[in-house]
Amino acid sequence: MAADVRNMKTPAEQALTAAYSAARGTLPGKGGVANLRDGAFKRFEERGLPHRRVEEWKYTDLRALMREMAPLAPPPDAAAKARAKDAGKILAGVDCRRIVFVDGAFVPELSDLSSEPGLTIGSLAEALAKGDAAVTQAIGATFATDDVAVALNTALMGDGAVIEVAAGARIKRPIHLVFAGSGKTSAFVRSLVKVGEGAELTLIEDHDSGESQVNAALELVAADHSRVDFFKITQARGLHLASLLVRVGADAKVNTFAYTAGSPLVRNQGFIRFDGERSHGGIRGVSLLRGKEHVDTTLLIVHAKGHCDSREQFKTVLDDESHGVFQGKIVVAQHAQKTDAKMLTRALLLSEDAEADNKPELEIFADDVVCGHGATAGALDPGLKFYLMSRGITDAEAEALLIQAFIGETVEEIAHEGIREALMNAAIAWLRARAA
Amino acid sequence: MLLEIKNLHVEIESESKKILNGLNLTIEKGQVAAIMGPNGSGKSTLAYVLAGKPGYAVTEGQVLLDGESILDMRADERAAKGVFLAFQYPVEVPGVATMTFLRTALNAQRKTRGQGELSTPEFMKLVRETSAKLGVGADMLRRAVNVGFSGGEKKRNEILQMAILQPRLAVLDETDSGLDIDALQIVAEGVNRLRSPERGMIVITHYQRLLNYIVPDVVHVMANGRVVKTGGKELALELEAKGYAQYVGEAA
Repeated sequence: MAADVRNMKTPAEQALTAAYSAARGTLPGKGGVANLRDGAFKRFEERGLPHRRVEEWKYTDLRALMREMAPLAPPPDAAAKARAKDAGKILAGVDCRRIVFVDGAFVPELSDLSSEPGLTIGSLAEALAKGDAAVTQAIGATFATDDVAVALNTALMGDGAVIEVAAGARIKRPIHLVFAGSGKTSAFVRSLVKVGEGAELTLIEDHDSGESQVNAALELVAADHSRVDFFKITQARGLHLASLLVRVGADAKVNTFAYTAGSPLVRNQGFIRFDGERSHGGIRGVSLLRGKEHVDTTLLIVHAKGHCDSREQFKTVLDDESHGVFQGKIVVAQHAQKTDAKMLTRALLLSEDAEADNKPELEIFADDVVCGHGATAGALDPGLKFYLMSRGITDAEAEALLIQAFIGETVEEIAHEGIREALMNAAIAWLRARAA
Repeated sequence: MLLEIKNLHVEIESESKKILNGLNLTIEKGQVAAIMGPNGSGKSTLAYVLAGKPGYAVTEGQVLLDGESILDMRADERAAKGVFLAFQYPVEVPGVATMTFLRTALNAQRKTRGQGELSTPEFMKLVRETSAKLGVGADMLRRAVNVGFSGGEKKRNEILQMAILQPRLAVLDETDSGLDIDALQIVAEGVNRLRSPERGMIVITHYQRLLNYIVPDVVHVMANGRVVKTGGKELALELEAKGYAQYVGEAA
């Protein structure tokens, strides 16, 4: 019975192989990029979709969960573009520069491309087609990983944003990347963001992607003395795999915040490397789950240089039969002395049938560091609930207030007032819908 | 009659432990009744049962508010009917601003009673005026409910909530515990201001001291889960002098 597991391909794996063979000739980029794609696809072929025996994917058995691969999306037509107009409305009240992608393709006519000193925005597909050396060399260079989701993205990447902020430029208006979907197709989007020395940027990666299957990857390089506030908003009804790859220079300040709600199957992975001294990182997020939703947040934080601090804080609210996963690994390299890293993950279980898996890990090779992690999972405090109800607040409202307070602690850390309020309002709307 | 408690028997659900043992008590409109008694006599349990805290099983008896049984009502429904419990240990509610909390509570009660919500200016005016009288500063109102409050601030916050919610029946559970004399005076003044011909109050206390500031119309002594003696305000002084020993023995 020693079956060769690699030969027992699932329908999704077979479809991925067929899609790659068919698209290989038409995907943007020749020469080095084509070789990069082939190499990445080979890594996928060798290992297949990750499954529960792959430690990093233990709680999200993609081989079992990804039953099929939707066909690669054709270029969006007028109807698809029209439907994208409403996408990303969580931030409707925030003054942002909106850059729109539909079914993975950049749509200039829906995007705000007005010029701003120090800011360059372009399409990845265009850059690859032109053979832009700066872009082709940057792909995959931010954080070395052999993760299969990233490999598939590299193999099949179609389009995405290429953003560069020149040294010293402070881009005040947030850039809102809206990824809209118009149907049951697949999109592989790859974005490259480079924030130059001493530059500042607020960037939102917003997947309001409907039924479409999305594999997204975003590489972010934050140079020395830069400041980056990055947000990822996920409301995806199709399978959603996303990888954030970050390299942080010295004396930089990088905050990331992930908001996920109304999404049946999400894997948000973050690969973050502190590559210079005296930098600060705040890696945070809130996930709201109900029904049979499954949201996996998996982080790998590497402190390669010393004197940095990082704060990871994730809150998950789980109702019904939902399943939340948090895996957070902090690695402190041998010479990264004076690292200060603290990770906290808390799950609030609103139902007996919900499940939260928390797996914090520390790998410390330096001897003069402060590192810690905490993980909790529990129900609402009945004493608090009684206190609210004794003042006349109904059962449902009392729960909503307490859940709001639970996630509020993390949302409050967002520096940008408009985005903070918009995300809190989105969470409150989710709570109201639950109570109704 | 505002409140009638008839032959009330109560157990703690998880322990099947009997706490109230055939308690009878009536509160008239406008009356301030003190309930005194030794530790473990069931005073706090009575307060919780009136407010509708889960975890207590009423095995026998009745509790009528304005002639209507409240025992089948949830805590929020009782609050809307006018029951208010000032907690002995007010809980901290991180992440919920005091203003939001007050407003949510008041509007929820009004909604349950079929009244419209208060407008923002109306609500702000009410809170400003009420909090000023109780020495509750704007910073306290902005902070999360009771989080980082001193013992005195927590108790003042309870009285502020009572003043805003204007209950029919206020139950003050050991409101004097943990208060220094200045805080006690502020709290007692707040309570006295709320005395009204339509409102009844139950002031639960272990010590007579509080009753110097909130002078009761009637004093009930509780022991072993029932009222064992009722008298005027001079009864409190007698208890202070002689202690509870005679009642504990008598009831057992």
